[in-house]
Amino acid sequence: MLIIKNLHAVVEGKEILRGINLEVKPGEIHAIMGPNGSGKSTLANVLAGNKGYEVTEGEIWFEGKNLLDMEPDERAKEGVFLAFQYPVEIPGVSNATFLKTAINEKRKYLNLPELSPKEFLDMMKEKAKILGMDESLISRSVNVGFSGGEKKRNEIFQLLMLEPKLAILDETDSGLDIDALKIVANGVNVFHKDDNAVIVVTHYQRLLNYIVPDFVHVLYKGKIVKSGGKELALELEEKGYDWVTSNELETQSI
Amino acid sequence: MNELKENKRPLEEIAEDMKVLEDLTKAEYKWGFVTEIESEVAPKGLNEDIIRLISSKKGEPEWMTEWRLKAYRHWLTMEEPKWPNVSYPPIDFQDISYYSAPKKRSQKKSLDEVDPELLKTFEKLGIPLEEQKALAGVAVDAVFDSVSVATTFQKTLKEKGIIFCSISEAIREYPDLVKKYLGSVVPYTDNFYAALNSAVFSDGSFVYVPKGVRCPMELSTYFRINAKETGQFERTLIIADEGSYVSYLEGCTAPIRDNNQLHAAVVELIALDYAEIKYSTVQNWYPGDKEGKGGIYNFVTKRGACRGKHSKISWTQVETGSAITWKYPSCILQGDYSVGEFYSVAVTNNYQQADTGTKMIHLGKYTKSTVVSKGISAGKSKNSYRGLVKIGKNATGARNFTQCDSMLMGDKCSANTFPYIEVENDTAKVEHEATTSKVGEDQIFYLNQRGISTEDAINMIVNGFCKEVFKELPMEFAVEAQKLLAVSLEGSVG
Repeated sequence: MLIIKNLHAVVEGKEILRGINLEVKPGEIHAIMGPNGSGKSTLANVLAGNKGYEVTEGEIWFEGKNLLDMEPDERAKEGVFLAFQYPVEIPGVSNATFLKTAINEKRKYLNLPELSPKEFLDMMKEKAKILGMDESLISRSVNVGFSGGEKKRNEIFQLLMLEPKLAILDETDSGLDIDALKIVANGVNVFHKDDNAVIVVTHYQRLLNYIVPDFVHVLYKGKIVKSGGKELALELEEKGYDWVTSNELETQSI
Repeated sequence: MNELKENKRPLEEIAEDMKVLEDLTKAEYKWGFVTEIESEVAPKGLNEDIIRLISSKKGEPEWMTEWRLKAYRHWLTMEEPKWPNVSYPPIDFQDISYYSAPKKRSQKKSLDEVDPELLKTFEKLGIPLEEQKALAGVAVDAVFDSVSVATTFQKTLKEKGIIFCSISEAIREYPDLVKKYLGSVVPYTDNFYAALNSAVFSDGSFVYVPKGVRCPMELSTYFRINAKETGQFERTLIIADEGSYVSYLEGCTAPIRDNNQLHAAVVELIALDYAEIKYSTVQNWYPGDKEGKGGIYNFVTKRGACRGKHSKISWTQVETGSAITWKYPSCILQGDYSVGEFYSVAVTNNYQQADTGTKMIHLGKYTKSTVVSKGISAGKSKNSYRGLVKIGKNATGARNFTQCDSMLMGDKCSANTFPYIEVENDTAKVEHEATTSKVGEDQIFYLNQRGISTEDAINMIVNGFCKEVFKELPMEFAVEAQKLLAVSLEGSVG
């Protein structure tokens, strides 16, 4: 589904990603972990096509198509979804208007008929329920007046509504208390099926108790320095990032 | 913390966007056609003879001619205002023609006698004048250059005692009402352009809603400038008698011309006890081309007087057109418990300049006013909000709330806010909030990431920004306003 080859990316003249290689297959959950500043969010934003990030080298293939050739909205319509670390507010635009436009743009792109207002509303109600969200949310402006936790929940709500092929969760767990974390994780688990994939970007192991990854990758200074199964996350939790990062330094010094 | 916000974009990227902007701002001004019609145009220039000519063309009584001449003589002593935050070359007031009218076959009596070319013009603008084709619930007075060509649904309205006609007709048919109220809110001594208008005003609408009558339909005037090198000087007077209600809409367009044309209107509203007037404008005069050539100078004085207790006047405006806009629809809150409202969206793109806002003058006790202003600047335009809130010494318990938001698109435009607050009564409460935001690349990226194109994303963000104002517009107008906004701003992110 997703193949990343030797990816290098620059932000404000500084190289943040320095040769990432990663393959994600349908049905898989990958966790990308690493200390602050290791390039986790950069990777998420590069995949989504944020123009503040410049790819200087490497390739990204998504479902056999060159992702780097596509505009951000095209990537989204192809099925790439980013749950933002800091979801922005769009005053005056209701969640309903926003999501209806998004869904129908995508459907148009895929040559599907538009959803009728009733189908759309029913879908909204059903998905809101999964996340324990109040229906009044439908008419509220996108993220305006939402608490940090509500914003994160709204991201997962959009994930359920848009049903992408690849979901990238950028620090979705930050700022969530344990109850909210469980609800959000449950939302992701409802979304996750054999034909889609999830990349969980996180600093902490905590979320991975609820969204269980097939693979864990440790990102450090713009490179994946260690990969393993879900037990790697637990090991990291126990030993701290120093454990891998000092390994990395040793390898470098050899 | 938020690494998304401060990122610099590569130059090619910006250049690419500029190209998109260039392509899209070429989107043509759809209303720019010229009607080929024989017109009677007064010679250029302004003097007492021209004023007498205008007055006699309109078949006005002596008192009206005298009033015009007094205004003219006063105008001669005045100077053009220099305080607005706009700049333009000096206007040669002797190089303008002050009267232009389509040649008439006869006095208009019914639509059959209106030149079909004119009917076609208005139809093309989306304003059919045949009642059966018209929007249900909207009566229209159509003004072409200096004259009103048709007023629809007059009969239906007459049954309720409502007078809706051109101001020229009102001067002839209802002289007492006109004498009593004309110039009572905006005297000809008020300002330079009000004085000029009083001297040369051509046509406009007159509305009188009698006591206790709720006007059953929206009243609307559509102004069209067609002739070259003429100015349009319309005059509108609306009187809502005790306990009555009326909602009035105004729309306007002009052909594409290389030279600048002057539009200097005066609108006066009078609300008596418990009366309410809702006045909405969608202003779409030709804004000039993208190099800033041509376009209308829109120098307008609009003012409403809440004379009676518990009366209410509400101004809603969507300003997208004109090369220069200079207008401050205001409320004088004389009656106790009277209410004034001002909701505005002003959009400037390319080289447009707008200096607009409101004045809320609180004189009566427990008067209340609300101001919501949304300024959007794109291209190399200049957009200023200028507002005065004045609380007189007798205005016990007066309250004002002002909210003034500016949105910038790109980095070549500017937005300014000039709030003036004068309070002479310490029981009054005045609140002012102002924000300036940029259409954030992070907002656009967020919407892009959900599959929404950049164009649609900008429209969505801008419409969201203006929502509080759009919801004050009558339904058909709100839709129109949204479309207009999309056209005015297409591709204007940089």
